[in-house]
Amino acid sequence: MSEVLFFLAAIAAIIGAVGVVTLRNAFYAVLALVCHLVSLAALFLLLRAEFVAAAQVVVYAGAVMVLYVFVVAYVGGGEEVAAGNGLRFLGPLFALALAIELCIALLGSALSGINSQGAHYVLGFGTPAHIGRLFLTDYLFAFELASLLLLVAAVGAIVLARRRRGLEDENPALAALIAQPRPAYTGTMAEGAGVRQVLQALEETHGGVIELGAQPPKLAVGAERSGDEAQEQLP
Amino acid sequence: MTLGWYLAVSAVIFCIGVGGVLVRRNPLVILLCLELMLNAGNLALVTFARMHGGEAGQIFALIVMVVAACEVTVGLGLIVAISRGNLPVDVDKLHELNG
Repeated sequence: MSEVLFFLAAIAAIIGAVGVVTLRNAFYAVLALVCHLVSLAALFLLLRAEFVAAAQVVVYAGAVMVLYVFVVAYVGGGEEVAAGNGLRFLGPLFALALAIELCIALLGSALSGINSQGAHYVLGFGTPAHIGRLFLTDYLFAFELASLLLLVAAVGAIVLARRRRGLEDENPALAALIAQPRPAYTGTMAEGAGVRQVLQALEETHGGVIELGAQPPKLAVGAERSGDEAQEQLP
Repeated sequence: MTLGWYLAVSAVIFCIGVGGVLVRRNPLVILLCLELMLNAGNLALVTFARMHGGEAGQIFALIVMVVAACEVTVGLGLIVAISRGNLPVDVDKLHELNG
């Protein structure tokens, strides 16, 4: 039974991997990777790694792939032109050479466990209880480091993918808008909303764009006064 | 099934990933092929954990999953930034990294 399951899962995993590499449309490549990940989770289950299999399905096939699908939908992921350089022929050759080398290493390895069914099965091996206990005792440092890494990656992704066009162009109207007196500890959302939306909103509320150095509108005068009060309250 | 079969599957998946990184030019697909390679490594790690009867390999595989998620986040952020800057989403045409 486990042999049948192994071959089914392994063939599905390899077909999924080949699909990721060969499919021209990036969206179908992502779907092939989902198939690959799910069949890999079945292989993990056969190796008695229950928690890793569950994390694979939930985190990888769930969360990460949704992120991929969103980015493919955003970028477009259209058909790419076939590579015309020499790497197109050298790449598969190199991969084949690496596969042969790995197979030689595998066949020539002196690992005694490689021809066995694995170590004696202990009850509870690979369950969430065991993994959780190990994470909070023996591998606590790695666990904390992983959380820090996730935080850094989240902040880095926001910094990388943020809208940059807001403040960079030399727009006198936007500069006047940002230089307007306003209460202390408040700011504009001009960078986040984009120049066009802010200018459109100004058009609707004040009937035009404020010129640099011109008298600020009524709202801003009140804001200036309250800003002065706020500054006076500072020690 | 002896454990050598699992290692063979892992080696095959890793080589498919290497070939994909070398052949494809869309950075999104290159990230997908990196995922393939990391998953092949995960399969080998879990196999070795089964071979030795300890759970250290599974812990290692989970940490690799975290690192892969971080790599995906930053990589997709870069791709979104590239497409926002109206640059071609093609690694052969992106020679310059001067923002």
